[in-house]
Amino acid sequence: MPVAPRWVVSIPLLAAVALFSCAGQSGSKTQGKVKAISSRKPAPEFALKDPDGKVVRLADYRGKVVLLNFWATWCGPCKIEMPWFIEFERRYKDRGFAVIGVSMDEEGWPVVKPFITNMAVNYRVVQGDDTTAELYGGVEALPTSFLIDREGRIAQTLVGLHGRDEFDHGIQELLDAQSAGAGAVGQPVAHAGAE
Amino acid sequence: MASPWLTLAQNNDVLTIVPPARLSVKRGAPVEVKLQCKLRDGYHTNSHTPSDPYLVPLKLTWDASLLTPAGVTYPKPVMEKYDFNPQPLSVFTGAFEIVSSFSTPAGLPSGPNLLTGKLRYQACTKAMCLPPKTVQVQVPLVVQ
Repeated sequence: MPVAPRWVVSIPLLAAVALFSCAGQSGSKTQGKVKAISSRKPAPEFALKDPDGKVVRLADYRGKVVLLNFWATWCGPCKIEMPWFIEFERRYKDRGFAVIGVSMDEEGWPVVKPFITNMAVNYRVVQGDDTTAELYGGVEALPTSFLIDREGRIAQTLVGLHGRDEFDHGIQELLDAQSAGAGAVGQPVAHAGAE
Repeated sequence: MASPWLTLAQNNDVLTIVPPARLSVKRGAPVEVKLQCKLRDGYHTNSHTPSDPYLVPLKLTWDASLLTPAGVTYPKPVMEKYDFNPQPLSVFTGAFEIVSSFSTPAGLPSGPNLLTGKLRYQACTKAMCLPPKTVQVQVPLVVQ
């Protein structure tokens, strides 16, 4: 019997990913662009630890646009995206934007810490687990990213390597959108256990 | 009895592995076990000697058995360039064969037996990667 991490639950989407991957780096048409507000679903809550052992919760980022990126050190395409995310974090941080990288490396921090240091990652990285991956639909392949709006709803899902501009457009669209009923832009909600 | 190909293909999505249906072993004689592997189009796996220390090597290991492992011979890797890495990567693509050698003790008891092992690999396309996976390999054998 094959043995694989539990965060891989199914394969059907992978055929589509493989197909679009053969056509270049641009994203899958089936995943579309930023969803209309009415069709966005709440991003599942999680509590994961960063390299310092601090618990990071999605709720801490309510009021911000969040790029939640599942990745691993053994994932080559993930390495293409990381410099983009570093740039986005730098450029949009003051507008209420944050990147959270969720590492799916089974070996944990001993492998991940030197990697993110070497890549000069400037955004928050947490150690993922099966539960979190399952909450986000299984995360069938890496990289998989979710763009989350200021109200904590998933506005876009990107499986596989997508173009830098696709991320940028999605982020800008969400940053430019009016914040309805959320906390002040750029002010994360205080949460017990968070930094 | 389902064929090894069918059984493993159902359990493994991008890499199909076909071990010998049955192996005849003679006491005291060396034995070769050939695994036929085939990757789905568009996918590659890292070779047994990946170019980057972060990459997961393909590796075949055998459990302890009546046979004594004498080595695993992997095919010659292909050096392929991908956008996500500045240097070409050492990979396997398409169909390839892994050959394992065993020696057989002279006092081996006759009759049916089972050789079991694990093939660990990690597959990617040029745009996404699947997590590392370990597939169990079983080779029925008969000692004559």
